[in-house]
Amino acid sequence: MVTDRLSRAFAALADPIRRDIVARLAVDDASVGELAAVYPVSVQAVSRHLKVLESAGLVSRGGDSYRRPCHLEAEVFDLMTKWIERYRREAEQRFQRLDAVLAAMDHDDQQRQSRRKRGAAS
Amino acid sequence: MSNVTAHETTIEAPADLPTITIVREFDASVEKLFRAWTELELVVQWIGPRSIQTRIDHWDVRTGGSWRYVGLRDGEEVARFFGSFHEIRPNQRLVQTFTYEGFPDGVSLEMLTFEALPGGRSRASIVSVVDSLAGRDAILASGMDVGVREGYEKLDKLLTTT
Repeated sequence: MVTDRLSRAFAALADPIRRDIVARLAVDDASVGELAAVYPVSVQAVSRHLKVLESAGLVSRGGDSYRRPCHLEAEVFDLMTKWIERYRREAEQRFQRLDAVLAAMDHDDQQRQSRRKRGAAS
Repeated sequence: MSNVTAHETTIEAPADLPTITIVREFDASVEKLFRAWTELELVVQWIGPRSIQTRIDHWDVRTGGSWRYVGLRDGEEVARFFGSFHEIRPNQRLVQTFTYEGFPDGVSLEMLTFEALPGGRSRASIVSVVDSLAGRDAILASGMDVGVREGYEKLDKLLTTT
């Protein structure tokens, strides 16, 4: 199911070490050994984190070797940027309707006033 | 309406905090903005996604009050939302909770700040906080628009090809 894949991507990113691995791979590819040197956990633990990121489609690896580079699948993150942009656009559409409501309130106020008070601040 | 693009919504979703911050300026006084945000007959005109009508079933705007509304598409209920008004400070601040009934364990705390700007204009800043980064990302990825499904389909394709 589509949502299962989506959940896997989000679940993969919920872990602080995996988020950090992703941040490092965003700068440059790195091997399991290089990544393991950074964290106070075993190489096996880092390897398990990478497997989670891999199965979520966020990271790809040249093979199982200790020295093979891990590569960030940046396209997935472009997609997340797009989600944020879509969320922003939806908010903007809502606020454009609010703009119209505010403009209509101005109109109502003007109608209520029998004569215009020039220069008076509302 | 011609200068709408001059104050487009900005959004921030930090990588390390489960928050969404939205800021927008309006060509109206802060008093009017606050009214449009809190008076039922005004709120109902702009809240909710474009293709959805909103029916507000309960709207008790006061500190300690609560709210509930339903999203309708062609008269059919498609989503229900509820929350509490934690604090109402007229023309300054509105703090509320927000839950989508389709995801009952999820709740966001929404802190709205209203500011007066020069020239009779105003600014609204909304900070939403949830309990995890995964929950925050799920909110960003969710919605009731067709675009969301298209996004899922694209992600699906991307994930099957990697």
